[in-house]
Amino acid sequence: MNAQNQIDQAHPVQTYSPREFHRQAHDALGNPQIRGNFRKAMDGLMTKRRDSFEGWDVETLRELGANIRMRALAKLPDLLEQLEANCQANGIRVHWAEDGEEACRIIREICQSHDAKLVIKGKSMVSEEMHLNAHLEEAGIEALESDLGEYLVQLNEQTPSHIIMPAIHLNTDEISEIMHDKTGTERTRDVDYMTAAARQQLRERFMAADVGVSGVNFAVAETGTLCLVENEGNGRMTTTVPPVHIAVTGIEKVVEHLRDVPPLYALLTRSATGQQVTTYFNMISSPRKEGEHDGPKEVHLVLVDSGRSRIYQDDELLDTLRCIRCGACMNHCPVYTRVGGHTYGTTYPGPIGSILSPHMMGLEETKDLPTASSLCGACGEVCPVKIPIPDLLVRLRREAVGEGRGNVAGAGVKRTRTEAAAWKGFQWMATHPGVWRSGTAVVGKLRALTPGKLGAWTDYRTAPKPAGKTLHAMIKQHQVDKSRLDKSDKEPR
Amino acid sequence: MTPVKCYPPRPEKVYFFGTCLIDLFYPEAGLDGIRLLEREGIEVLFPQDQTCCGQPAHTSGYHDEARAVAAAQLDLFPEPWPIIVPSGSCGGMMRTHYPKLFAGSALEKKASEVSGRIYELTEFLVHVCHLRLEDRGQPEKVAMHTSCSARREMGLAETGPSLLAQLGQVELVEQDRAAECCGFGGTFAVRHPEISAAMVEDKTLAIEAAGAERFVTTDCGCMMNIDGRFAHQKKAVKGEHIASYLWRRTS
Repeated sequence: MNAQNQIDQAHPVQTYSPREFHRQAHDALGNPQIRGNFRKAMDGLMTKRRDSFEGWDVETLRELGANIRMRALAKLPDLLEQLEANCQANGIRVHWAEDGEEACRIIREICQSHDAKLVIKGKSMVSEEMHLNAHLEEAGIEALESDLGEYLVQLNEQTPSHIIMPAIHLNTDEISEIMHDKTGTERTRDVDYMTAAARQQLRERFMAADVGVSGVNFAVAETGTLCLVENEGNGRMTTTVPPVHIAVTGIEKVVEHLRDVPPLYALLTRSATGQQVTTYFNMISSPRKEGEHDGPKEVHLVLVDSGRSRIYQDDELLDTLRCIRCGACMNHCPVYTRVGGHTYGTTYPGPIGSILSPHMMGLEETKDLPTASSLCGACGEVCPVKIPIPDLLVRLRREAVGEGRGNVAGAGVKRTRTEAAAWKGFQWMATHPGVWRSGTAVVGKLRALTPGKLGAWTDYRTAPKPAGKTLHAMIKQHQVDKSRLDKSDKEPR
Repeated sequence: MTPVKCYPPRPEKVYFFGTCLIDLFYPEAGLDGIRLLEREGIEVLFPQDQTCCGQPAHTSGYHDEARAVAAAQLDLFPEPWPIIVPSGSCGGMMRTHYPKLFAGSALEKKASEVSGRIYELTEFLVHVCHLRLEDRGQPEKVAMHTSCSARREMGLAETGPSLLAQLGQVELVEQDRAAECCGFGGTFAVRHPEISAAMVEDKTLAIEAAGAERFVTTDCGCMMNIDGRFAHQKKAVKGEHIASYLWRRTS
């Protein structure tokens, strides 16, 4: 088998769907390459995060981060209006999109008004969420990813497997093979060679691009500033080289003050990649001004709702919108680490994806995601803005079985008569102590008859055997023994 | 996470909530927990009408059912004594989730009052009893698996290891990724058996690689999972609830 075949087998060009979570998880678990790549990468990221917070009062900083985000969300409608006014005053044109489709249309129309043939893109998960590339391609406009990971994933006709490190599922050999196959570079393990080659390929395209599309990390309402955090310089190129820059972001990314940015930035870089600072931090506040020699002549901001204002209506689910997209929850998730990002079949994988995707795609599509967590709490523990992810997973489980507030699309879709009856039966047993005691005692007496096979549990583990006597029964004996002992203590010998 | 910030003085009496897993599968662990408390001169009351904290239904999203089951437990502890739970998972449910489960209902106040008296067993032994242990056992290498609920929901990563550290003949070894979930997660192990299996596989390998002859845990769910995996592979490593281990080595 040659290397190319190996890659085709490891990463066939395929689409993933949250409906197929179980099958995709099965495939990933059986793929040592995927298992190894993720374990190694996540271990490294966890260590880096821990080290980067060394000497910091991380709990206080997280508290501050959470409060900044909660304050921004509390004032969201006002802040968005303020952001729009201040951006416009700075010369940035602001557009509102109800959903991804409308956002795609707005961006395409801007491109078409400039007769654009090539769009160069900085990293943007919102653009992934709305499938912008496919939309532009259909209109005959080439959309080229310039973040190295995104570029590789695009070359390989895949989607990102991580929100910060899109190509984290690929190792050096696989990357070398993809670059060789798609761009004609030498097969090599020399990372510097490959990086230089990609830079060369992209640099030429930057010069030729008609429009640059980027995401936004923080949109500052009081100043109308768009902040962009990145490491490769492709973000700066995307937002300065082409004559038109379009920034696209979810409406929740707004913060109130400029002074809110440093704490969030400190949390973001450490939580995401364990960096004290990133190589680039861009603050975009206007198009090229009179007398300036560089920068885009036009800057647009597209604010996308796509279900966010629906999340906003629910005071519990609202916490989902605090997210600053650092990816720490996936880096620390024992499930994500084992199945990888593609298994989830959604734009946002891992714990944040499991609490966000049901709002974007409905619970019918995503019903297996909220349960794909052991509720170990590792995600909530590291979240830089203290999103109670485990609680939100449970909340969505409630919605899925029809015992929530009913305001998530597809609520109740996971409720089955059998399971509902089983929990009703459990409730009846557990609220009738006499029945509970006699029932559990009988189970103990019949322990020899309990099955040695318990479905999937016993494929990997032995079945637990009920004890001969329950604790309820043992306590009674224990109390009899004790009172005898107490008496004999007191009786004169 | 809702760790207790201020611990009360040692009471004369406590309630014991045994948990359904212990009741059915590991009653000896519950009894050993009671023995440890009684040895400290504390009278232990075990309300016979206790059943389950309601957590399985709660994490499955069946909150009406969980609430009914939880409500039945709230009546069992009328006196203001602490309620000791030999499980971080059930303890976390009762301390952290009960108040939220009953928020806005007629039982809200009662649930909050009860949840404020919930202590996980090792937490109570360390912070309230200030337990001192004298080891009478043979030398042994032991790994501790603190459940995720004890560690994160109750903030009790240290109490178990600190008790084991008092045992002179016990060498506490730390497995790689000790803080990572074992893959039990209650109904998670049933709904996502393959992922759960991959997780427990890694956990058993790590415990073995650390050179442990035994692992000790605060939670019977994790024990059922990890011990079941070891047994399935016919490995010599055995699991034991920390209450049984402490009682066995010091009595």
